[in-house]
Amino acid sequence: MENVRRVISVLVENESSVLSRISGLFAGRGYNIETLTVAPVPNSNLSHITIVTKGSARVLEQITKQLHKLVPVYKVIEHDEMVEKEMVLVKFPIEESLADIEALCSAYNGGIVNVGVNICIGMVADEPCRVRHFLEATQRYNPIEIVRGGVVAIER
Amino acid sequence: MKMNGAQMVCEALIAEGVKTVFGYPGGAIMNVYDEIYKQDGFEHILNRHEQASVHAADGYARATGDVGVAMVTSGPGFTNAVTGLATAYMDSIPMVVISGQVPLSLIGTDGFQEIDAVGISRPCTKHNYLVRELSELPRIMKEAFHIARTGRPGPVLVDIPKDITAEFGEFVYPESVDIPSFKPTVKGNKRQIEKAIEAILKAKKPLLYIGGGVTLSDSSDLVRKIAEMGQIPAVETLMARGVMGAKNPLLQGMLGMHGNYSSNMAMSETDLVISLGARFDDRVTGKLSEFAKYADIIHVDIDPANIGKLVDVDYPIVGDLANVLEKFIEGLEGKIKPERYTDWREVLERYDNLHPQSYVDSDEVIKPQWAIERIGELLGEQAIITSDVGQHQMWAAQHYPFDRPRQWINSGGLGTMGFGFPAALGAKKAFPEKTVVNITGDGSILMNVQELVTAAEYKIPVINIILNNHFLGMVRQWQTFFYEERYSETDLSFQPNFKALAEACHGIGYDVTTKAEFDAAIKDAIEKDKVAFINVQVARFENVLPMVPAAGALYNMMLPKKEDNTKGEK
Repeated sequence: MENVRRVISVLVENESSVLSRISGLFAGRGYNIETLTVAPVPNSNLSHITIVTKGSARVLEQITKQLHKLVPVYKVIEHDEMVEKEMVLVKFPIEESLADIEALCSAYNGGIVNVGVNICIGMVADEPCRVRHFLEATQRYNPIEIVRGGVVAIER
Repeated sequence: MKMNGAQMVCEALIAEGVKTVFGYPGGAIMNVYDEIYKQDGFEHILNRHEQASVHAADGYARATGDVGVAMVTSGPGFTNAVTGLATAYMDSIPMVVISGQVPLSLIGTDGFQEIDAVGISRPCTKHNYLVRELSELPRIMKEAFHIARTGRPGPVLVDIPKDITAEFGEFVYPESVDIPSFKPTVKGNKRQIEKAIEAILKAKKPLLYIGGGVTLSDSSDLVRKIAEMGQIPAVETLMARGVMGAKNPLLQGMLGMHGNYSSNMAMSETDLVISLGARFDDRVTGKLSEFAKYADIIHVDIDPANIGKLVDVDYPIVGDLANVLEKFIEGLEGKIKPERYTDWREVLERYDNLHPQSYVDSDEVIKPQWAIERIGELLGEQAIITSDVGQHQMWAAQHYPFDRPRQWINSGGLGTMGFGFPAALGAKKAFPEKTVVNITGDGSILMNVQELVTAAEYKIPVINIILNNHFLGMVRQWQTFFYEERYSETDLSFQPNFKALAEACHGIGYDVTTKAEFDAAIKDAIEKDKVAFINVQVARFENVLPMVPAAGALYNMMLPKKEDNTKGEK
């Protein structure tokens, strides 16, 4: 069966061991995690976890069902219609053209967010495939460090 | 009422109706043991190893259907309990295990006897808790029992730091549980049930595939009724032995790796699998692409994750078996015609006549299959039979005439050697009036042999029948078949004197080499009413047959020879 990419949101009770339950489930059953992000849901005792995974149709179905079985899991949403964004921070040498970097970042909904003595930092938040394109484009400016934030998604 | 955490634990156990706790004290759980000393709401059995405590609680749960309870200390106490938790988890047994933990202030400091119990047990419990505040303790105890027994049952661990059991607070045991994220589906989808009923009425060769879920949900009467109504043939998994009753002509037998010919052929030729509380385990299905190749599949299970996990299902129904089966019966009543399946039943009867479950008996040496059949003749329906893991387990499953669910207690999913003896203690505590026999091997019995002392101290007279072939028999069998008879580390000829061992621990022992001695030993052991080891020398090279080689198709069975296949050794 062909592997397909899937974004899954999981609403969980915000308790100390919940992330290990989820990551442990993926590790123990051999499921793939491409990215995983977690943050509390405002004004509630819940956390929102966004997982990007890959698998066959059978595996993806198992992932949803196994997640549902975890006691602190309230809701599992498999996204079809959604807005997906990922943030990325890139550190460049100060010797590179700041104007070029600024233009590149703004082409991907971002900009330069910090400039120091030796480095400048660009930030972009965009769809995962556009983030990939952005990172390809940064290569000519000799990036020193790249930090991706993982995907977050919301239903349309 | 104001009390300390330890007393809250005891009060919660009493409120849950717990009669027997199996356990072993130690530093971090001492506060609770101090309260156990003061109370008389439940009995505590001191096993001689934590693993045995958990298996005993498990055996109690399997025999009764109630939640079994075990108690251990932190660190090694807990890690010893892990095998017990995993065993119960794989077979969906309702259990609550309470473990002590180092005080909250020491957690994370590599304190004495500190181990991350919640982390270690996460993959082998249905759920687990680390209690962080005394005020949470009553709710957590209530939830633990609820989760253990609700939906697909399973073991729950409650890990309690020592300072919490010492702390005083107000105790109010909750009357109900409110876990919004835990609401198992009980009622089957109406439309799916209707479609499944139509499929049953349309099928020509339907087959009931009965799993351990029928035992767990106590719905064997309903399964029998459906089988009767349509005269539908049935096969049982290892975990479902006893559901249909050994004498039921519709029962083909056990299917799978060591299933009998007609059961495996039935599964290979059926056009409609009616799967009830079974999970298509690899030991049942053999090669998946050849499994029930010509059949549509109805799959009823309380756990949605079991449905479609290994095979594609045409009629998925998530729900409690008892609830769904009642709907099946309503829908089939008056419509289902037993005559429709007459040809199918005749086909299976021919298969059974062609290759019945058989072995060649011997006058010189006791055949293990004979021993099992003989136990069945002597003890029959009233006895509870537990087993360890290996050849003896399969022979027991094949040859004992199980007549009711919960009569047969064994570790199916995890396959835990050393399970049988402590599980028998649990079953015997639950049903003191029944004869409880652990059918075991010379390998398995040594894995919890210390329980002789527990059984003797508490006068729990279970009978261990050791089918002794001086081999780690099942591994030896695979070595014979698949490793060109290289018996790597499976020869157990160097053994203890089992009779003397039992007697050294205040039990009673028998050495048996003949059929007459076998009968005499069982009768005497029942009469003496003491924990017993009956050490039976059996044919050394006997194999469990039929056998489907791992990952082979179910219909490709190695069948028993018609003549004696032992090598004449004792």
